[in-house]
Amino acid sequence: MPIGDMLLRSVDDTQINTVFPNTFEEYKKWDKEQDQLPPEEVYKALFQELAYGNKIQVGRALTRMNYSKSGWKSLIKNTSRAIKKAVKKDEFPDSYKDFLIAANEKWADPTFWYAMGQMVNNQTPIYYYNAIDMTYDQDQNVIRQKENRRVYVQTWIKTLKVSVYVTFFCLILGFPVAHLLANLPLRYSNLLMIFVLLPFWTSLLVRTTAWIVMLQQQGVINGILVWLGILSDDGRLSMVYNETGTLIAMTQILLPFMILPLYSVMRVIPKSHMRAAQNLGAKPATAFWKVYLPQTIPGMSAGGLLVFVLAIGYFITPELVGGKDGKLIGSWIAYHLKTTLNWGLCAALGAILLAVMLIFYWLYNKIVGIDNIKLG
Amino acid sequence: MNTETEKTFVKFEKIDKSYDGEVLVVKNLNLDIAKGEFVTMLGPSGSGKTTTLMMLAGFETPTNGEIFLDGMPISKIPPYEREIGMVFQNYALFPHMTVQENLAFPLEVRKMSKDETKDKVKKALDMVELGDFGTRFPAQLSGGQQQRVALARALVFEPRLVLMDEPLGALDKNLREQMQYEIKHIHDRIGITVVYVTHDQSEALTMSNRIAVFNDGLVQQLSTPDILYEKPENSFVAQFIGENNRMTGSIKSMENNYCSVELDNGAGIVKALKVNVGDVGEKTQLSVRPERVSLGSDGDGENVFTGKVEELIYLGDHIRVRLDVCGNNEFIVKVPNEGSFNYNEGDSIKLNWNPDDIRALDLPK
Ligand SMILES: Nc1ncnc2c1ncn2[C@@H]1O[C@H](COP(=O)(O)OP(=O)(O)O)[C@@H](O)[C@H]1O
Ligand SMILES: [Mg+2]
Repeated sequence: MPIGDMLLRSVDDTQINTVFPNTFEEYKKWDKEQDQLPPEEVYKALFQELAYGNKIQVGRALTRMNYSKSGWKSLIKNTSRAIKKAVKKDEFPDSYKDFLIAANEKWADPTFWYAMGQMVNNQTPIYYYNAIDMTYDQDQNVIRQKENRRVYVQTWIKTLKVSVYVTFFCLILGFPVAHLLANLPLRYSNLLMIFVLLPFWTSLLVRTTAWIVMLQQQGVINGILVWLGILSDDGRLSMVYNETGTLIAMTQILLPFMILPLYSVMRVIPKSHMRAAQNLGAKPATAFWKVYLPQTIPGMSAGGLLVFVLAIGYFITPELVGGKDGKLIGSWIAYHLKTTLNWGLCAALGAILLAVMLIFYWLYNKIVGIDNIKLG
Repeated sequence: MNTETEKTFVKFEKIDKSYDGEVLVVKNLNLDIAKGEFVTMLGPSGSGKTTTLMMLAGFETPTNGEIFLDGMPISKIPPYEREIGMVFQNYALFPHMTVQENLAFPLEVRKMSKDETKDKVKKALDMVELGDFGTRFPAQLSGGQQQRVALARALVFEPRLVLMDEPLGALDKNLREQMQYEIKHIHDRIGITVVYVTHDQSEALTMSNRIAVFNDGLVQQLSTPDILYEKPENSFVAQFIGENNRMTGSIKSMENNYCSVELDNGAGIVKALKVNVGDVGEKTQLSVRPERVSLGSDGDGENVFTGKVEELIYLGDHIRVRLDVCGNNEFIVKVPNEGSFNYNEGDSIKLNWNPDDIRALDLPK
C-alpha cells in the first residue's frame, strides 16, 4: 500500500487540476499553431479561478507551478492582488486578456503559457525528470538541467558507488568474523556474538556520533596517530564529513547484516569437510578455496544483498558524517520530504530507488539464484 | 591370520592422547597392522576410537608416542601428504559438487591429467555400482548411495591405507548388512589395508581380520573375531562381544588351568577355566556362552546344576530358554531346534557345562 501510494504520488498532478479546472479545460482548446497567445476564454477562466479560489489551495498549486518554471509564483501572486482589487470594486474588465497583460506583461510571454501545458493533465512525468537532473526548456523539450543545478545524477552514482564499497568492505571484514563465530568454542563464540549484536542495542545516532568523535581531525584516531608520530600535527587526516567518513561509519553499522547470514550458513557447514578435503590431498588453502568458500556463497549473497539494499537507502549516517560531498540519495529524499515538502519529487526518487533495488535483485537472481539465499 | 610373519605396515607405539592435558582419552596404545589387513577398532561410544583414527589421519597429534606408516614416523607429515583415504562418519561429501566432481577432487589436487582423472572416476564409480549417478549431487542420492560415493572417493586416489569411522552408522539394518559384505568384498579384491571403526560388535565380527576392543581409552584385547568370541580375556570383552551368562564368586582353590569358584549366593561350586583372576580368596566373574550350556543331562558330571524354566522364546533355528539358575534368573541357554526339546515354562531342568567353556575373569569396574 505505501509503495503503491508512493508510485501514484510520484506522477500525481491532480492537486493543481482541482484549482484550475476551467482554465485547463479552455487551455486544451488553444491551437498553438494558429494563435501565439491563448484565447480570451483561458484568461477569463484564470481570472475567475484566481478571484474565487481557495487561498491555501492556490498557494500549494503555486509551489507546484514553480517546479515547472520559476517565476510562476511571483507572477500569479501579484496578478492575484490586482484581480482581487478589481473584484472588490466590482470592476470586471471587457477583455480579461488585456486586463491580465496590463497587470503583468509576462502574461504576454508565451513561454509561461507553454509551461502550463505540463500541468493540465492529472499525471506528470516532471518529478522523474527532475530526479535525474532533467527539465523542460521553454519549447517543452526535455533537456538536462543547467550545470549548476545538476545534483541527483551524481548523487545517484555516488550512492551506488558507496553502497558497492560498503558491501565489499562488509564482506571482507564480516567473513573472518563470521568464520570465527561459527568455529570458536561455544563460550568464546557467545562472547563474540554479543559484540556483533551490541550495535543493534545502541542507538544509530549514538554510534554515528561516536564515529564523529573517533574520526574528526581533533578526534581519537588522529590523536593516536599523531601521538605515535605516524602523522605530523598539521597532517591530520580528514576522515569525517566526507566520503571516507560515510564509508567507515556505514560499514561498521551495516556489518552485522553481513555477519549474521554468513554465520548462519557457516555454522551448518560440517567441520569434517575441511578435514575431508585435506585428507584427499588438498592443502588447507586449496581446501578452503575449493570446498569451504563455495559453500558460503548463499550466505555471502544474502548478506551482500541485504547490506547493499540497506546502504543504498541509508540517510542518517551519511547525513551526519558525510558532510557536503558524502550525501547520498536518501538524504535528498529526507530533505525534500521535510524541508521543501516536494513530495512528488520524493516519491519519484523513492520509486527510482525501488527500481534500482529490483534491478539488482533481478540481476542477483539471474547470477546466483534467489533460492540459494539463506538467512538462517 | 598369521600376522607375526607379515611386515608391519602401521604401527602405533605407546600412544597417549589427551585433549585437555589432564584426562587421557587414549592410553598407551600399541597396535601393529599388517599390509592388506582389515583391522577394526570396536568399542562403546567415547572410548577413543575416533581419536585414534584422527591421529592416524593427521588431524590430531599424539600427546606421547609415535605412529609409523610403512616404517616411517608420520607425526611431522601433514594430513594432505599422508596419502591415507578416509570415509567420514557422515560421509563429508561436498554438497556443491556432483558425484563425479567429488571423486575427481583428490585427483585434481594431484594434478592428474583430465583423461586419466575421467578414467579413474569412472572405474571407481563402477566399482561401487554407481556408474549412472555421476552427474547427480550428493543431496540427490539415498543414504546408501552417498555411503558408496564416500567409499569410492576414499579409494579413487589409491591411498596407502583407508580409514573408516562408523561408515554404516547412518544406514538402516538391511542396508548396513549388505554394505558390510560389499566393503569386505572390495577389501578382498583390491587388497588395501583398512582400519575400521565401529561400535557394533556383529559388524566387527563380520568384516575384520582382527579386532581391537577399546574401552575407556585402553585396548582391552586385540585378536581375531573367533578368539575374541571364544576366549575373551576380560569381563568387558566377554560382555561386549556376543552374549554371556555371568556369575560372581570367590576363588576357593586353583589347580593347573582351572579354579574352583564358590558362587556368592551359596548356590554351589563351579569349576572354571582360570583366565584372568587373582589369588585364592579373591573375587572373580564367571562367563559362559549361552550355546555352551547343555540341558537335560549330567554330561561329564562336572558343573551340574538344576534350574527352573522361566521363559521360552521360539526363534526358528533355535530356542532361547531363560532359566533361573543359582539365583540368576537371567540365565540364557540357546538350544538348537532339533525337534527334541520338550520342556515347558515352570519345569525344573538339569543343566551342565564343560569347565573349558566357563571362564573365570576379572570383576568389571
Ligand atoms: N576435540 C575434542 N576435544 C576434547 N575432547 C574430545 C574431543 N574429541 C573427543 N573428545 C573426548 O575424547 C573421548 C574419546 O572420544 P572419541 O575418540 O570421539 O570416542 P569414540 O570415537 O570412541 O566414540 C571422549 O570422552 C570425548 O568426549
Ligand atoms: Mg567416534
